[in-house]
Formats: sequence, structure tokens, C-alpha cells
Amino acid sequence: MNCPDRSWFSRLCRLLPLPATLLLGGCHWALLDPKGPIGVDERWIIETAGGLMLLVVVPVIVLAIVIPWRYRASNTRAKYEPEWSHSNKVEAVMWSIPIVIVSILAVICWRTSHELDPFRPIPSKEKPVHIEAVAMDWKWLFIYPDQHIATVNEVAMPVGVPVVFHITSATVMNSFFIPRLGSQIYAMANMQTADNLVASVAGTYRGISANFSGGGFSGMTFKVKAMSASRYRQWLAKVGSSAKTLDAKQYLALDRPSSDVPVTYFSHVNPDLFAQILMGKLSAGRALAMAATTVTSGGETGPLRRD
Amino acid sequence: MLGKLTLSAIPYTNPIIMGAVAFMLICVAAVLGAITYLGKWKYLWTEWLTSVDHKKIGIMYLILAGIMLLRGFADALMMRAQQALSYGSNMGYLPPGHFDQVFSAHGTIMIFFMAMPFIIGLMNCILPLQIGARDVAFPLMNNLSLWLTAAGAVLVNVSLAVGNFSRAGWLGFAPLSELHYSPGVGVDYWIWALQISGIGTTLTGVNFIATILKMRAPGMKLMRMPVFAWASLCTSILIVAAFPLLTVTLALLTMDRYLGMHFFTNSLGGDPMMYINLIWIWGHPEVYILILPLFGVYSEIVPTFSGKRLFGYTSMVYATMAISVLSLIVWLHHFFTMGNGADVNAFFGITTMIIAVPTGVKIFNWLLTMYRGRVRLETPMLWTIGFLITFTIGGMSGVLLAEPPADFVLHNSLFLVAHFHNVIIGGVVFGIFAGVTYWAPKIFGFRLNERLGRAAFWCWFIGFYVAFMPLYALGLMGATRRMDHYDVAAWHPLFIVAACGAAIIFSGIILQVAQVVVSIRQRELTRDLTGDPWNGRTLEWSLPSPAPAYNFARIPVVRDRDAFWDMKQRGVDLKGATFVPIHMPRNKAAGFIIGGCAFVLAFAMIWHIWWLAIAALAGVIVTLIRHAFDEDRDYHLGAEEVRRVEALHGRVAARST
Repeated sequence: MNCPDRSWFSRLCRLLPLPATLLLGGCHWALLDPKGPIGVDERWIIETAGGLMLLVVVPVIVLAIVIPWRYRASNTRAKYEPEWSHSNKVEAVMWSIPIVIVSILAVICWRTSHELDPFRPIPSKEKPVHIEAVAMDWKWLFIYPDQHIATVNEVAMPVGVPVVFHITSATVMNSFFIPRLGSQIYAMANMQTADNLVASVAGTYRGISANFSGGGFSGMTFKVKAMSASRYRQWLAKVGSSAKTLDAKQYLALDRPSSDVPVTYFSHVNPDLFAQILMGKLSAGRALAMAATTVTSGGETGPLRRD
Repeated sequence: MLGKLTLSAIPYTNPIIMGAVAFMLICVAAVLGAITYLGKWKYLWTEWLTSVDHKKIGIMYLILAGIMLLRGFADALMMRAQQALSYGSNMGYLPPGHFDQVFSAHGTIMIFFMAMPFIIGLMNCILPLQIGARDVAFPLMNNLSLWLTAAGAVLVNVSLAVGNFSRAGWLGFAPLSELHYSPGVGVDYWIWALQISGIGTTLTGVNFIATILKMRAPGMKLMRMPVFAWASLCTSILIVAAFPLLTVTLALLTMDRYLGMHFFTNSLGGDPMMYINLIWIWGHPEVYILILPLFGVYSEIVPTFSGKRLFGYTSMVYATMAISVLSLIVWLHHFFTMGNGADVNAFFGITTMIIAVPTGVKIFNWLLTMYRGRVRLETPMLWTIGFLITFTIGGMSGVLLAEPPADFVLHNSLFLVAHFHNVIIGGVVFGIFAGVTYWAPKIFGFRLNERLGRAAFWCWFIGFYVAFMPLYALGLMGATRRMDHYDVAAWHPLFIVAACGAAIIFSGIILQVAQVVVSIRQRELTRDLTGDPWNGRTLEWSLPSPAPAYNFARIPVVRDRDAFWDMKQRGVDLKGATFVPIHMPRNKAAGFIIGGCAFVLAFAMIWHIWWLAIAALAGVIVTLIRHAFDEDRDYHLGAEEVRRVEALHGRVAARST
């Protein structure tokens, strides 16, 4: 349970009594224990905005309990002013408090929306790594166009180097999301979005689709391996030595709906594959039309999970 | 002959569905049997189903909503049970295709067939009484609205037995809801249920705008209306502004699915992003259509039970209007993560946060109304205090989600699910229970059982926190919504706690069912003979409970915001001496018949039974034309009859002038 954690919120959680700590403590708080600067900034917003609002929310909750108790009907000693219903001074305060807080939050909103726009490149001395991600039914295909390799449900990235994910979908809308690293963004067919992320700590993180996409949605997870530069090179070499390739025919086989798909590596991948998917040249429709009524499910043949 | 409909459409191999269907059929058979046994068919038809009396229509809405609450909650229990079980090697008891239908049905039912009918039911029962009107502006249209809503509700439940329901979520996001990805009848059930009930809701909006603007008692200027009337007016305007958009969006999706068009498909120039925009341009105002009337309810309950005027009436009214306008320009916050660009995201983030200002002001208003009052902590007040605490937390998590970069990590997570249940249960559902308890004596003529009501409140209040606080935590752990299975060990205990919370809420619902039964059985003990059991402030309490068919024998003259309070202060005598005949609308079957035809039309369209669809559509049109030529629409209730009814309530002055 030793996770380097500077978050005051997480520290607060540890102050909770033991049962709560057992339940809530540790390194499970993906969003409060991020492993990259984007996630850290987003945690800052959650904590700052949350803290600012607690300044009002806590007193309001206390008042919502204290006032009705203090002025309960049986307490005849309390002051009773049945006609008191207006006061300019009180109303001025009443409108001002939320206006002040919302104004501060609005400034944060405007600034951080721009600073943390997922499309915005991360400034760095390192040259960014470009990875193309395709949401499919129900797995993620990652293409490394410069290395001519591709993977399913696993993506590796060097620590400290910005990564630009170019994202599209071969099927319905999905959302590309690595909770430990920050910002998610939708994956949509015939459209390209981008997500700029960077990992500052080595490790294996969970990647998911965060937008419901049908029967195999729950199993649409992928492993994110953040590793040192040398290990990253080894990983690239390992994938590059895979016997499997990904030509148009194999792509169409992969495009058939399948769920809980194991990690797969492909070498000798056409660097234009992503562009072809994007332009609908390998459209899901055509692939599906070719697909039989059965799909592979984790290697096994099972009934089609979509009706 | 029967289109796509065959015997194999009935999922008789699935024991869970068949069990539910059997239970449903037994309930329906029991009700029908009881009506036959008691020989009440004629009474039911002439006095209720064809009634144009807003009070009876309101009660029928409340019954529909209550039943749908049970159905929607059954879905909730199934989801919580699945997620509590389905960790690691355990796949739970629901396969994905079934689980997806359960969450889609839960959302659809709770919003369209639980919350909306409860709200429209309360508006029907109370609003005309509160503004001193004898009925709504268009009584038969009101009846039609009810039956269109009911037709939609029945469709959703029929989908359980015949075919299946949508697996594309409660908003049916394209392209998942397109024919290519959802080829079955499920999405069609969803479309037609919403389309038909949506038209009913639009008509309700029209009806209440006309009623509130044109039928107020003399002296009730706009700024003297009770806040519930203001809130209902704003909600009705939002309904008329937003619901046609739902109708059009669903119609476009229907054309995609039935006629091979490409409005929202992935291919041939279709634009799924347009669907997401359109559905939320309706969907966000819908959220405020739900909450505003309940803000009105709280604004009635707090002054009454504090024995004090509402603090800051003007602020309250302007805040309500501000929320209505702002609710139309925030829809994009539902998809900050679609890649809209920083300027667009920031704009919609800020407009969303601004809504917190008028909402915060309302909270302060209610607190200051209790301040220096004499607060009676009866059940409606307990729900209100529960609301103030819970809704404030929900509002806070909402503003947090309005920061686009925070939403980039919290979007679609269980944090979001916790947030909107926090505001919908804490705001809408608590408000509905507060309102029903508060107005029960006026609607039914007797109070609801206090002890069971309190016990139910505590179960709901505690159950809510046990069920949804773990979801906030799960969201921060990176758990997304709509998973039928997961493999992260740390999440499992929290899902189990959440399931326990659902069980606590379930005991609250059982207590509420018991409360209704006990209250009906013991109604003579709690019967409201005064018409004013809570020392009320607004006009509905100036009437006997329940109000007579014509509401007001004499239309009151309003001199103050708290019209009835003012009358009590001035010692105005409610007894009348002379009575005049009252113009009344006649009960008509047209609404029920059109609702029935609409149901058949939808069912035929879902199963591609074209001849039946044409016949049902013809039925709707013929009924409309026949009604247009029907001139026997109204009658006058004689002065003697009015005197007789008023005398029953002791409202005839001894000395006749």
C-alpha cells in the first residue's frame, strides 16, 4: 500500500477510521492517484473545485439540519416572525455567495479547458510517439505506423515521452480512456480525434472504453504498458517479430464482433491501414456483411452476442 | 399477415423474463377479475377512463407512475445484484444482451413513465385548484394526454413478453441504435413508446400554459401566483420548447430504421454526432422539466410547515425563470469528450455552472423561510430536509462535472451515475413523495399514515447514501457505467455495499406500499373534514377535501400571494348563500379510443404489420373527425345540485339573502 501520493484528498481518506481505510485506502483510486501530468492536473481541478464548493455545501447542510431543529414548533422560546419574507441585504448576500464561487470556477473552467484540451500537444523536449487507436467490436486495435506493427488490447509507451493517440472507430461510438493517465475522448467512425497523454511513472495501467457500445462492451479493456526507453525498444522488437500480419483479409477477420479478446501482436502492418479504416475503405459494414452468424469469443466460437 | 411477429418472439426459454411476465399477468388478471367481481366496469368506464375531470386524470397519472416506479425499481435491483455478483470468474446471472435491456428499460421507465407521470399527475391534481380554476383549459385533451402516456408505458411492458427491449441505453445513442447495430425490435419498442408518450406530454404542456395564463382567479396577477404554479408554467413552456425536438429526432431515427435513410448512420453521409446533439438539446431541458415542479412543491411545503411566508418570493420566481432559460443552452456538457474544442467546451461548462447560482439562491430561500418560523417536522417536511441535504451534494458533484477537464476523467463513470441519481432521487423523487404526502388529503380526502411514511423516509434517505456514495468512489477508481462484468478486485466490496443500499431503499418502497394500503383501510381515522389539514396558505386548501367536481362553487377573489392565508386573516366566510349553474365539460371516450389506437399503431409498426398500422391510424383519424362533429360536449350543473353538494360539506350559509 505504498503509493506515492501527494493528494490531500487521498490523505484525508486515510484519516478515516480503519474499516473505511481498508475499504477506501490503497492505490485503487485511479483518478486520485494519476501516473501522468495530465491526470495530475485533472485531479487538481477535481480537488480545487470540490474544495471551493465544500465551503458553501458544508454550511448549507449544517443549516438544513440546525434551522429546522432550532425553530421546531415545540421550541416556543425561539423567535417567531411569520411575516418576515424579504430583506434586500440578505438577498444581496444570498445571490453574491454563489456568484463569487461560480466566477472563480468559471475562470478555472476557461483556462483549464484550453490547457487540457486533449488535442493540444504536450510541450516536451522529446519527440512525441504517434500511435493510432481503432475501436472495434469489442476490442482496441493499436497501430504504430512508424514501426509497421500493430497490437490488439495492449499498448506500450515510453515513460516521459508525449504520446499522440490518433483515434477512430470501426464501429459505433466508443470512448478511449486510460484512467491513470487522464483525459478520455470519443472514438467515432469516419472521424479522427486525438488524445495527447504522457506517463511519468512506469507500470501497467488499465485502459477501457468509457462509452457503451453493445454486448461485449465490458470486456473491451486494454493494457497500457508504460516502460523505460530500452524496454520500450525491446517491446517494439518483440511485436515486430510476430509471425502474424495484418493485411486487408486479416483485418476483416479481426473486424468481426468478438469479446474478451486476448492480446495479439502483428508485424508488417501497412502504415496506411489507419487512413483506410478512417476513409471507410475497410468499413465495418462491409466486413460485417461478410461475417457469418458466429463470432470468435476469446478464441472460442460462440453464438453472436448481438441479436 | 403478422409481419415479423411469430411465436418465437416470446422468450419462453428465459426463466427470469417468463417469471416477470407471469407475475405481471397475474397482477393484471387479479385487477381485471376484481373489477368484474365487484361489477365496476361501467363505473370505471364512465367515471374514470373517460373522465375529463383534472382531479381524476391526476389520480390516474399517479397510479400509473406508482406502478412504473415498482417496475423500474425491479430493474434497478436486478442491475445492482448483477454488479454485486459479476466479478472475476463469476459472470453473474444476466448475460450482456439481457443486462443491456435492463439498464435501458430502467432509465426509460424511470424518466418517462415514473417521474413524468408523477409530476404531471401532481400538476393535474393541484394546479387548477391553486389558481382558482374549475378545470384545465382543454379537459378532453388532458384525458388524451393521459392515454397516450399510458399507451407508451404499456408498450414498454409488452416488450418484456413479446420480443425484447432496446439495448442501446435510455437515450438510444446512434449509431448503436441504428438498424445495422440493433437489428431487432428492441429499439423500435423504445422509439414508439417514447414517440407516443412524448406527444401526450407535449399536449400536456400546451394545456397547462393555456390554463395558467388564461384561467387564474380574478386578482391573481402573475406575481401573486403560488411558486408551484410558476414552476409548472416554466416546466410547461420547456415541454413545448423541447419535446417537439424529441419527436423530430425520433422520427429521423425511425426513417433511418424503416426507410433506409442515413441521418445518423456511420455510412453515406450520416452523422451520429448530430443525433447526440439533438437528443441532448431535448434531454437537458427534460432534466429541468423534471426538477422545476418539485422546486415548486418544496416552495409550498416549507412555508406551510414553517407557519411563515416564503422568503424571497421574487428571487424565487426569477431564479425559476433563469433556470428555465439556462437549461436550453447547456446541453453540450453531456459530451465534452466528443472533441468539440476548448472554446465550445468552456462556453458550455460556464453556462452550466451559472445554473448553480439561481439554484443556490433557491436553497437559501428555503432555509431562510424556516428561519424564525415554527417548523412542524411532519413527513412532507422530512422529505424536504432530506432533499436540501441530498440535493446540495448532488449539485456540487454536478458543478464539478461541468469543469470540462474534470469531465474528461469522470464522464460516463459511475461518479456520473451517482451524480444524477443524487439530484434525481434527492430532488425529484423526494419531492414527489413530499408532494403526494402533502396533498394526499386534498386529492384522496384522507391523510397518509404518518408512522409508515416516516419509516419509509428513513429507509429511502439512508438507503440512498448507502447505494450511491460507493458509486462516487467507484467513479474515482475509474469504473465506468453499464458494465455487466468487471475484473478489478477493489471494486467488488463497493458494489456489494451499493447493492445493500438498494435493498434498504427496497424496504422503503415496501413500507410505502404498506402505507398506501393501511392509509386506505384506516381512511375514516384520518379523513380530512376541514379541507385545510395543515393550516395551508394557498387556494386549494380553501376547498373541501376532495374538491367537488366543479372545484369552486364561487370563484374566489385573490388579494395576496398567500391567497387563502390572507382570506383566513381577514375572516372571509367560505360559505355561500346563492349558487349559480356551473358550465361543465362532459366525459368523452375519444381520448381513450385514440390512446388505444395509438398503442395498436405502435405495436403494428414495431412488428411490421402494415395493414394493422393503417387500420389503427384510420381509427385515430376517424375518432378525431367524429369528435369534431360531436356537439354534446358540455352541460350545466344546476344551481340546486351545486347547493346540494356544497351543503354536504357544510358550505351553505344558514341565512339566504
